[in-house]
Amino acid sequence: MAIDQSKIRNFCIVAHIDHGKSTLADRLIERTGLLTEREMQSQVLDNMDLERERGITIKSQAVRLIYKASDGEEYILNLIDTPGHVDFNYEVSRSLAACDGAILVVDAAQGIEAQTLANVYLALDHDLEVLPVINKIDLPSAQPQRVIEEIEDVIGLPAEDAPQISAKTGLNIDSVLEKIIEELPAPEGDPTAPLQALIFDSLYDSYVGVIVFCRVKEGTMKAGDKVKMMATGAEFDIVEVGYFGAGQFIPCDELSAGMVGYMTASIKNVRDTRVGDTITSATNPCSEALPGYKKVNPMVYCGMYPADGAKYPDLRDALEKLQLNDAALQYEPETSIALGFGFRCGFLGLLHLDVIQERLEREYNLDLVTTAPGVVYRVYKTDGEMIELTNPSNLPDPSEIDYMEEPMVDAEIMVTKDYIGAIMDLCQERRGIYVSMEYMEESRALLKYVLPLNEIIYDFFDALKSRSRGYASFDYEMKGYERSELVKLDILINHEMVDALSFIVFKDTAYERGRKMCEKLKQEIPRHLFEIPIQAAVGSKIIARETVKAMRKDVLAKCYGGDISRKKKLLEKQKEGKKRMRQVGNVEIPQEAFMSVLKLDED
Amino acid sequence: MELYVHIPFCVQKCKYCDFLSGNYDVKLREKYTYALISEIESYKDRFKNETITSIYVGGGTPTFLEVVFMQRIFDAIYQNFHVDENAEISMECNPGTGSLEAFKIYRHMGVNRLSIGLQSANDDELELLGRVHDFEKFETTYREARLAGFENINVDIMTGLPYQTWNKLSNTIKKVTYLKPEHISCYSLILEEGTEFYERFKEDLELREKDLDTVALPDSDMEYELYKRAQSLLEEKGYHQYEISNYAKEGMECKHNIGYWKRVPYLGVGLGAASLIDEVRYTNEGDLCTYIELCEKDESPRIEEIELSKRDAMSEYMYLGFRMNSGIVRQEFFDEFQLRVEAVFGKQIKQFEKEGLVKTAEGRIFLTEKGMDVSNRVMAEFLLD
Repeated sequence: MAIDQSKIRNFCIVAHIDHGKSTLADRLIERTGLLTEREMQSQVLDNMDLERERGITIKSQAVRLIYKASDGEEYILNLIDTPGHVDFNYEVSRSLAACDGAILVVDAAQGIEAQTLANVYLALDHDLEVLPVINKIDLPSAQPQRVIEEIEDVIGLPAEDAPQISAKTGLNIDSVLEKIIEELPAPEGDPTAPLQALIFDSLYDSYVGVIVFCRVKEGTMKAGDKVKMMATGAEFDIVEVGYFGAGQFIPCDELSAGMVGYMTASIKNVRDTRVGDTITSATNPCSEALPGYKKVNPMVYCGMYPADGAKYPDLRDALEKLQLNDAALQYEPETSIALGFGFRCGFLGLLHLDVIQERLEREYNLDLVTTAPGVVYRVYKTDGEMIELTNPSNLPDPSEIDYMEEPMVDAEIMVTKDYIGAIMDLCQERRGIYVSMEYMEESRALLKYVLPLNEIIYDFFDALKSRSRGYASFDYEMKGYERSELVKLDILINHEMVDALSFIVFKDTAYERGRKMCEKLKQEIPRHLFEIPIQAAVGSKIIARETVKAMRKDVLAKCYGGDISRKKKLLEKQKEGKKRMRQVGNVEIPQEAFMSVLKLDED
Repeated sequence: MELYVHIPFCVQKCKYCDFLSGNYDVKLREKYTYALISEIESYKDRFKNETITSIYVGGGTPTFLEVVFMQRIFDAIYQNFHVDENAEISMECNPGTGSLEAFKIYRHMGVNRLSIGLQSANDDELELLGRVHDFEKFETTYREARLAGFENINVDIMTGLPYQTWNKLSNTIKKVTYLKPEHISCYSLILEEGTEFYERFKEDLELREKDLDTVALPDSDMEYELYKRAQSLLEEKGYHQYEISNYAKEGMECKHNIGYWKRVPYLGVGLGAASLIDEVRYTNEGDLCTYIELCEKDESPRIEEIELSKRDAMSEYMYLGFRMNSGIVRQEFFDEFQLRVEAVFGKQIKQFEKEGLVKTAEGRIFLTEKGMDVSNRVMAEFLLD
């Protein structure tokens, strides 16, 4: 049965975090009757626990809605939900490529934010029709008129007729649906042309293998077809095609040009079906791939070790499973003298790291020790060789290094007037280079800075929030590499170097960081029976030192009424505590110590 | 066999105390007395062939219990057990409780050793600790005990008190040693969770653990210095340390306590009391009303029972033995377990000898002075997995 292309709308919703994207999606699903109100669990599309708790979307999701419009016709609306965070920008951009239009949700109280802009530009880059919607008009602080003006001034979109809604209460949701039909274009494409379909996400299912989410641009795909992934070259026989219900997959006969759906083909590995790749027919291939595929490279690396060394195989299995669903996650085994066997893992950004770490701990019940996250540095050696450094321990001897480069980002920070000074100070401290400042309106400005990535991966976001009382929002984009004066900072505990604590740092901040690390470690390392020097060193030069004094007294005085059991428990606790420590030379270091150095800027 | 009797009553609870004690009304004290007596009676047949070599009546404040009730408890002990005529019979006492008459009656019951909880000779410190007495009251109690004929008296003192200075500690030791008690117990203040003191000083405690400056509690260096100062002052006055917290004139060591460290079997009766019988460690119910109920129903008040394996027993032998300055006797270990101590703990002994914490001499293995200072660290290594 052929479906009339003019009755299809493929769209996504873009918004700044917290402006109500997922709530609007829920309301649309509910209003089109896909699920009754009773069946609705809040935020249907965010189905990972973690997504619901944090209010963020990590994986793209899609759902097909049937809407009977006021013109009496039934329309198929394919809603593709996109991750909202900058770490997942690449996935966002692939999801957008699967759409023909986008709904831009703007909070009636907050107005335009950094990510609003970033997302709109991204949508416009993909030639999407953008439909502004003003949300949260039920809030007492809502100023819809102001926001309309802002949208028109800043983005240049006509917004006078933008639906003014409350996704929370369901107010004016119908007007959004009508606008989608009226204003967003129907897809184009020839169902008889050679197959050309864009992969915008994939999911691993242990029964059917990889489920590939795709948008058919040209041609038709159905079960039994032999298809080829143009970038990876892998070929498969399609087992099933179908579309998305709410939280379920509904098989159908075929997917033709303009449609959004999924296919399965007993694919064992998500790496064969990279997001952004083009699916074509193996027998009648299209002439060229859809634009936009690029291999995503991790930006941030850190070491992950099981707290209990015996759990190493468990960690390996868990990473393997997570990778099935997350091609951007990379890992390889590494060994640390202090932490034993673990993995060096690569992530798209800090949130990605955070999410993976939390999923490992929660879904796989692992207790982890992670080392300080670092970026990928480029080391140019005197012999002309260039290495991409992901692990500080692999830094060549300084005599072999000609120079080094570090990755930089273009950062956009939206901030209210009162905090501009504080945020500029912060950027300054983080070696930021001022680019420009534009006033969005009287009270808010958009600051642009070039910042080294390694200055924002620790706690930049937290610092930004605290210095602006939560009023700043932040977005960044990779800019490329720049030459920089970098050194490796080593920590020596009782004269033994602790590899897991080494990291690369800008030369001029080495002293300060070294000093803070020594202070922090002094508090974390328990007293031993001997004195323990903690030193920070750059090369052979000691730049900071603290000392953990020797334990001189540790006695249990009273033993009441011969209550030996109680005393024994105390000794057992002491012995047990020792087991959770990592041995470096003859010093026992608690696992917390390795993590504590990640939070140097808290105090 | 030794006998421990717990009396969980006090005039009021001290701010650092986490023992089972409190002020209850006289009706409850009477009920407890009868419950305790029925527990004692329940062991009559089980221990009819045993001789009680020492008795320790602890608390709480045993001298706060009405003398008539105490008389009944002692009557029950003598009626149900065979007590050696030379047995050491100790009773704990707090200044302000007891009187000359009462002390005379205790002497008649057979009590021959009195342990008085003084803690400090400085009234400001006594108030801080939540003690109900001042130093003068202690002097009266001490004098009355002597008058009643007690020739073996212990006085408890403490180091590591909040705001304690060298002078305050020296003053306490000077005033106590002037009275020439036969025995002095000197404890380091330990802040136990759940006590008023813990809540009040826990920030300080954390600072101390991180080796930072403290507000009220002596910092880690000061705490150590106070403890060592007490040690040397007491030695100077002729009290030799024979156990981590205990000092005595020659020959006046507390036999009952040494029994604990040497793993002599003991029966504990009363609220929360612990026992070691035939290599099983028992603990009694710790809730007062439940304890009374169980005893009234002639049910056993024991709620915990830990059977010790040979490995457990050997571990205990070491870490309890190390509490005493004389340590353990190698031959005695062999007689007890038919194993050479080195065959079981050779690795630990060698390592600690190297670090100067343990010493082997004249057939004994014992902690050095430095080892005694950090005894928990050493003892923990003698636990066998």
